[in-house]
Amino acid sequence: MTPSPSPGTGPSPSPQSAPPRDPRARGAGPPAPGAVALAGVSKAFGPVRAVDGVDLEVRPGEFFSMLGPSGSGKTTVLRMIAGFESPSSGRVLLGGVDVTRLAPFDRDVNTVFQDYALFPHLSVRQNIEYGLKVKRVPRAERAERAAEALATVRLHSFGDRRPAQLSGGQRQRVALARALVNRPSVLLLDEPLGALDLKLRQEMQIELKQIQREAGITFLLVTHDQDEALTLSDRIAVFNAGRIEQIGTPAEVYEHPATAFVASFVGTSNLLQGEPAAQVFGEAGTYSVRPEKIRIAHPDDPAGPGEYIVTGTIREVVYAGAQTRFLVDLEAGGHLVAARQNLAESGADLARHRGSAVLLAWQREHTVRIDT
Amino acid sequence: MYLSRSARVLLRLATALGLTAIYTPLLLVLVNSFNASRSFAWPPSGFSTRWWSAAWQETGLRAALATSLKAGLGATAVALVLGSMAAFAATRYRFFGRQSVSFLLILPIALPGIVTGIALNAAFRTVLTPLGVGFGLFTVVVGHATFCIVVVFNNVSARLRRIAPSAEEASADLGAHTFQTFWYVTLPAVRSALLAGALLAFALSFDEIVVTTFTAGPGTQTLPLWIFDNLSRPNQGPVVDVVAAVLIVLAILPVYLAQRLSGEPLR
Repeated sequence: MTPSPSPGTGPSPSPQSAPPRDPRARGAGPPAPGAVALAGVSKAFGPVRAVDGVDLEVRPGEFFSMLGPSGSGKTTVLRMIAGFESPSSGRVLLGGVDVTRLAPFDRDVNTVFQDYALFPHLSVRQNIEYGLKVKRVPRAERAERAAEALATVRLHSFGDRRPAQLSGGQRQRVALARALVNRPSVLLLDEPLGALDLKLRQEMQIELKQIQREAGITFLLVTHDQDEALTLSDRIAVFNAGRIEQIGTPAEVYEHPATAFVASFVGTSNLLQGEPAAQVFGEAGTYSVRPEKIRIAHPDDPAGPGEYIVTGTIREVVYAGAQTRFLVDLEAGGHLVAARQNLAESGADLARHRGSAVLLAWQREHTVRIDT
Repeated sequence: MYLSRSARVLLRLATALGLTAIYTPLLLVLVNSFNASRSFAWPPSGFSTRWWSAAWQETGLRAALATSLKAGLGATAVALVLGSMAAFAATRYRFFGRQSVSFLLILPIALPGIVTGIALNAAFRTVLTPLGVGFGLFTVVVGHATFCIVVVFNNVSARLRRIAPSAEEASADLGAHTFQTFWYVTLPAVRSALLAGALLAFALSFDEIVVTTFTAGPGTQTLPLWIFDNLSRPNQGPVVDVVAAVLIVLAILPVYLAQRLSGEPLR
């Protein structure tokens, strides 16, 4: 084994050594005001600090996600941007304008609610026209824009139905149309796909992305679903306990998690720390490697060029359709999960690997050292 | 749930017996109002509408009916305003003593009417009389409002708890100002609950006798008070039956409507 003391500064040309914690650090572009900007925003509910000093800048036209477990403060941040909650301290800016003290109806944002919050006594068309009606848009224009919005979400013939007569997926689309018809500068989405089943959710993800691209509106999505965030976003902010742990593109957040929390929350947790880490890498610390980067080989195989290798025993084999995951107890202590595409083997024959001695190998550049 | 054959028969019998016990007396009143006999003699000696025309010409009865309508409408109006405001406060806002306020609002319906009556009587005597406000229609309205508020409060707060506050947030989010949100979103959602509450409140006020006894002055007579007075008078028994028969028919309507409205799904 040829452990390098600092895998983060290995020979790889990829920019993994700079954890992109500051959103302005990379690709800042022209100095146009952010579509949404938060400056030192905190929110306390009694003794609980739900949001604790959040700084954030969302660029115009961006699909930005706030990802985190429940209770991490992401929804509270969204509600402060919409105006339903006011921050205990800090400022909220929309298009460079301070809106911290403005009421929801004075902000140029619209929200798609988790429970859709459709008006039950109004038809689908009336629901969609609502925002235009209260803003006194003339009747003819209202009808035209509502028809357009209905077409966008592919519900042309449902205008006269009541929300109660729609399926969950259709209600979701109505909620989307009702918000989009106002052409807000920013669309806020609070776990919009949470109530849908998997198949529908995946369909709606593709549609959301498409609508966002076509409308050119900034989308700000709150989700606890890492797949959703990785699939949809241009950039992701990972929330934990009221703070942002990391902001970056999906690839940055996934391949180069800045903290142990990000490494474990986004993707499968695969951390090595303490004594085992010191044995493998030559220096104590916390290291992360993604399961699919790990090659499983015969224990006598040599290390490939630029690889870390480690020996162990397969403790558990988990079949997951496209992939099989192997939980391997390392000789050095600790354990790692290695994933393998089910190219040939699948199903029951995999279980016989349990208890086998194996060699795990991965490219040094796929190791991420996490500062703790 | 599975029931044995004998259990089913027994339950049906009990239901029939219960309903008979409740509705036979009411039926009897209806029959008696057409009874030719002066006393409540059974079996009826013949069919007659003379009591109905006698009731129609009874001026005291007409005055009492008018008083009852005014008292009922007044108490309902007060209950609608105060009851729905209290319901909004208790369900939409968090404030110190919220639970206690809800409890204190509901309590009057559980208090014996006689307690409410005595208490109000004493209060009016010490507070209103020195101000020159005597016992009369006004005091009856206030007395009835104490328990009418409860039914409006209960109906409206039950409905408010069922509608998601996110609908109101969505309205504000879409650009509606506070009053627009109330008018376009909140009011349509609670409208039927308000109506059901109003009907029940009016029905409660209309047949109230205990609290009315203590809060009406000597010159004020509501319909229940008139009935109570005339029941024992000679020649008036059958006329009272006529009034009761009319009230039975009239009471079925609002109660039926209120039940339909409060059970109606939100749409």
